[in-house]
Amino acid sequence: MIELNDVAYSYGNGTLLGDVTLHLAPGSFHFLTGPSGAGKSTLLKLCYMELLPTSGQLSIFGRDVKSMSRDDVARTRRRIGVVHQDCQFLDHLPLTENLAMPLAVTGRDAAPEDQNLKELMAWVGLSSRADALPPQLSGGERQRAALARAVIMDPEIVLADEPTGNVDWEMSLRLLQLLVELNRMGKTILVATHDLNLIRAAKTQVSARVLRIAGGTLSLAGAEL
Amino acid sequence: MSVFGKAGAFLAGTSGADRVVPPTGFTARLTVFTAAAMAFLAVFALALSLATDRLATRWSEALARTATIRISAPPEQAAQQLTNTLTVLETTPGVAEARPLGNAERMALLEPWFGPDLPLDALRIPELIEVVETEEGVDVAGLRARLAGEAPGAVYDDHTRWREPLVHAAERLRMLGLLSLGLISAATAAMITLAAQAALAANERVIAALRLIGALDTYIARAFVRRFTLRALVGAATGTALGMAAIALLPSADAEGGFLTGLSLTGTSWLLPLAIPPIAAIVAFAATRYAAFRQLRKTT
Repeated sequence: MIELNDVAYSYGNGTLLGDVTLHLAPGSFHFLTGPSGAGKSTLLKLCYMELLPTSGQLSIFGRDVKSMSRDDVARTRRRIGVVHQDCQFLDHLPLTENLAMPLAVTGRDAAPEDQNLKELMAWVGLSSRADALPPQLSGGERQRAALARAVIMDPEIVLADEPTGNVDWEMSLRLLQLLVELNRMGKTILVATHDLNLIRAAKTQVSARVLRIAGGTLSLAGAEL
Repeated sequence: MSVFGKAGAFLAGTSGADRVVPPTGFTARLTVFTAAAMAFLAVFALALSLATDRLATRWSEALARTATIRISAPPEQAAQQLTNTLTVLETTPGVAEARPLGNAERMALLEPWFGPDLPLDALRIPELIEVVETEEGVDVAGLRARLAGEAPGAVYDDHTRWREPLVHAAERLRMLGLLSLGLISAATAAMITLAAQAALAANERVIAALRLIGALDTYIARAFVRRFTLRALVGAATGTALGMAAIALLPSADAEGGFLTGLSLTGTSWLLPLAIPPIAAIVAFAATRYAAFRQLRKTT
């Protein structure tokens, strides 16, 4: 689904990622861990084409990203749900409209009374917050809302960048539970996190590969997990 | 769907695309004010252009088919040369009418300079003949040659040296009016582009968020383009209405007022300013679309 072959990414004069190879198979669950600034977010951004590799080959759904037009990139992103670290909401719109925005941009307006939207709000436990503006939400609510928005288009892949970064342990477990449920529905999941306890908790529920990124290279995590 | 149908659907908008951009105060007011002011000026430029066009046509037509023959001869020959000249004119192709001016008409011509009590009998004033030409016109060179033989004191004046500078000046004014309309359109486009760029820069985060959830450039651009097009349309409609009202309040054309009182619009030309709001909307559409796509190319 997403294949990185010898992909490198450089910021200015420095190389952040060097010759990274990663294949995300359908239905797989991956954790991406490593120290802050190691390139976890950069690798995720490469996976949804917010950044483009400086060398190597990146293919998404069988297509080389270099051959994609801007419209192709947009259409491909509709098949990938992303939970951004900062959630990326439109602060002037209520929560329901933010959640329905991926549908709206494809011309499918979802009214607040839409049954699927209601079910999705209930799934992430935000039914009572439908009319709230994003700045009025707590950290945990924002992360759950971001997850709901990421899956509203029924994507094949869900990428989450530090989804539990700003929430307490109880909320982290709840978010993890939602990600595990998505994986059981057949979604491919890639979660970038520095929270090893979260990874340990996940491994009791799901068969997940844990990748460690450090020094610009990617490797399977060791026995500490 | 027709062009008008598409334009109507575009202006009616879609609920989703319209709401993705947060409401903005400053750029909205700037765009509406700019469009209104420019439309107001455009109405005057248009009126000026139309008035000078009418003036050029009037001057051109009024003087083009007429001529004057002035006979400056010794008193004892004046009557004979007048008769000879009229005889020549009667047999000249292209002359529709030739009429000697009477004393009263000649006095009227001189009255602005010498007053009403001019002693015409005591002055040697040339005889004047008003000549009206047919559509085909007169062979001026041939006529002058015949007059030189039959009435040596007769001078044929076809008004060219008076008419040409007036018509030329009126045409220049008309060109200036059209140039002003072009400059007003360009200035409107520039101002709206600046306002659109300010709005796009202020909403950089919104644009990035929309791109990341899979919005096409056309979807994002439409939200901005529609907003600015509507503002330009509303502003220009207001400015045009005010401009037309101001033109309507100008004094009506009369002979004494000449050019200035003839600046008002007439007849069907009142319909022409109604084209200004849609043109302003088209200019805003193109300017905002250009600015939006330029900004979007900066995002991934």
